[in-house]
Amino acid sequence: MLGIDFLGSQFWPLLILLCPLAAFVVQIFIGRFLPRKGDWVSLAAIGISLLISVACFAQVLIKKDPHFTAGFPSYQWLTAGMFTIKMGILFDNITAIMLVVVTLVSFLVHLYSVGYMHGDIRYSRFFAYLSLFSFSMIGLVLSNNLLSLYIFWELVGVSSYLLIGFWFEKVSAANACKKAFVTNRVGDFGFFLGILLIIFFLGKTEYGEVFNALKMSRPVDFTEGWLTFAGVCLFMGAVGKSAQFPLHVWLPDAMEGPTPVSALIHAATMVAAGVYMVTRLYPVFTPDALLVIAYVGGFTAIFAATIALVQNDIKRVLAYSTVSQLGYMVMGLGVGGYVAGFYHLWTHAFFKALLFLCSGSVIHALHSQDLRDMGGLWKKMPITFVAMTIGTLAISGFPPYFVSGFYSKDGILGATLALVMERPQHFVLAIFGFLGAAFTAFYMFRLIYMTFTGHPRDEHKYEHAHESPWTMTVPLMVLAVLSICSAGFFSGSEWFGDYVQKPESAVVMAHVPAGAHEAVAGSEAVHEGGHSTEHAAHQYAVILSILIVFISITLATLTYYHKFKKISAEKIAERLKPVYNLLYNKYYIDEIYEKFIIRPVVRFTKLCSRFDSGVIDGAVNGTAKATVFAAFATGQHDLKVIDGAVNGVAQTVIAAGKGAGMMQTGRIKNYFAWAVGGMVCILGLIYLLLLRR
Amino acid sequence: MDLVFGKMLDNLIIIGAILFCLGIYTVITRRNAVGILMGVELMLNSANLNFVAFSKFRWGMPDGQVFVIFVIILAAAEAAVALAIILSIFHNFGDIDVDTKDLLKE
Repeated sequence: MLGIDFLGSQFWPLLILLCPLAAFVVQIFIGRFLPRKGDWVSLAAIGISLLISVACFAQVLIKKDPHFTAGFPSYQWLTAGMFTIKMGILFDNITAIMLVVVTLVSFLVHLYSVGYMHGDIRYSRFFAYLSLFSFSMIGLVLSNNLLSLYIFWELVGVSSYLLIGFWFEKVSAANACKKAFVTNRVGDFGFFLGILLIIFFLGKTEYGEVFNALKMSRPVDFTEGWLTFAGVCLFMGAVGKSAQFPLHVWLPDAMEGPTPVSALIHAATMVAAGVYMVTRLYPVFTPDALLVIAYVGGFTAIFAATIALVQNDIKRVLAYSTVSQLGYMVMGLGVGGYVAGFYHLWTHAFFKALLFLCSGSVIHALHSQDLRDMGGLWKKMPITFVAMTIGTLAISGFPPYFVSGFYSKDGILGATLALVMERPQHFVLAIFGFLGAAFTAFYMFRLIYMTFTGHPRDEHKYEHAHESPWTMTVPLMVLAVLSICSAGFFSGSEWFGDYVQKPESAVVMAHVPAGAHEAVAGSEAVHEGGHSTEHAAHQYAVILSILIVFISITLATLTYYHKFKKISAEKIAERLKPVYNLLYNKYYIDEIYEKFIIRPVVRFTKLCSRFDSGVIDGAVNGTAKATVFAAFATGQHDLKVIDGAVNGVAQTVIAAGKGAGMMQTGRIKNYFAWAVGGMVCILGLIYLLLLRR
Repeated sequence: MDLVFGKMLDNLIIIGAILFCLGIYTVITRRNAVGILMGVELMLNSANLNFVAFSKFRWGMPDGQVFVIFVIILAAAEAAVALAIILSIFHNFGDIDVDTKDLLKE
């Protein structure tokens, strides 16, 4: 690549990191005054980052070394006694892959926003926030230790908050951004607790040092239970950021933000940060912690998929689909399918960003997000239609051997099946996985049929619909191509396995009771025990998932495609009224939180307030009354006895007081100025009297 | 090395002094109460800078840095109280221009 070694020094990774930061600073301060409101600054910055990332990625590809790590030094940041914190850049294959995902999707979303946000009153600020997000996300990926990971983790949270609430005039958007932030806080609390536990036990923050310290640790230092607890705490962060049950509630509401933001942050990159974190810290998770992760992910996958079946808002369907797919990734990691989980992150980033940008294109054309207003749009918006169909095929895991989603989802299902075949008591996980896949295909095809086929349901809106400008359609085409070929042109997940390999668990055998280790870590046992089980599991998974996908696409076609309409969705909804209502209202999770968490907290706050105004204020008022009484008595004494003597003095003082009273203007700034003046005088005096000798 | 560090200390103290003066200037000239609050933050942080500078380049002990953490926390608490006061001023007067508020004279 031009003869430059992009991985030889820290310069290039740092440039990737700092370009968006520079763009953010420029945009936030002078963006409004630049021509075109400065959108080209952000675009250029992320473009440079993208180019360097792709160059780095290409060099990593050429190296083809699964254990490649660029050896950058890390610098001491803080020392307190024995404990030091070092900061630095970690650049290995996972970093290179994540960088391409982040900068590529980010660049395309920047480009798309030029068309989508055209004419918005805070146009330049939008780009500033996008740049801030890109900076934080790149920083998160480049971090080499837990603390800087946490810092950037919070920074992406902040930029997500800013962007969800970008149209803060809308009450719903303002509420959504608050909800997102507070819900994430709950997860981040656990995450921070986990980091503190790791520091407490091992005294290290850098990933590699943590793993080494863990390998060296003796069973007397801490028990396995504590390590599991720390792992689950760390995973809490992923539960919040990657919207896993029970903290998933913020992600669907986050769709109040502009659609490009939903595509960038709430589908492709930021929500994947949780999965990325689990990937990075994989060696510290004990078998029990991994089991917790697998169950949370599996449950989320099917739970969100069922909700997506009945939603009518196009972005909400996609939001629940994102939650469900994130559940898949997490489950994949939990059951030991390390490569499959991370691979799904990579493919999902492209096709989910594509789906969101397509929905943005539809919303832009119709000015409506309701599926019931759509229909027949394929004639008006052919590019969007084709792109969205490709995205749908990819997410459904449609079998032609070139659509990316097929491989990654298949890998996860295969790993799950392998675990279940080893340990049949966890059969629920496989049910979660396969049923979730069926629902995914169904709701995605429902979305396509309702949006693009049939007769327009709202003639007026249909008349005004039009294809989007080129800045919006070009990203769609690029992402559509990537959705197809991110799986590496027909080669399946094998090319990915050349670069990403499951790291060895750092949990020492001594910490885990004998026997539990081989039993729990799923494919760990599979890898040693025999590849045949795993191979067989993958074979079954492929056949089963193809079967399931076809059945559910057929069902969706019979239900929602106007030409073959055999099944009436309304009748089914009518017959299964309670189930339909339960799903339509998202299992009443929001209502439950409202009732059991928010309201008690509010009530407690009110109680505190009443305590404040009743007891504390009462005490203060009582004291005041007593003081008034005492003052009155003293006052009488004053008036009679002392005043006489004082009056004389007072007369003289009044004259002086009037002069000094000029100083007392009542304006606090004047007081302050006098105080500063006095301080300067005193300092001057000290200097003159004491120091000059 | 001492030479470099000594220079560093001087520079940091000068930056601290400049920050402090900027803070005072902000507090005296701003009409907006929130602006004044920002000035106060500047002054606090200039003091923080001095703490850190002396801790690192003069005494080589972390005590100063610990102080700084306390100061930051206190500053956050102070900001909360000050913002509450500003809000209540806003409720009572309808604006937060401190030049027009001379109730202290009463």
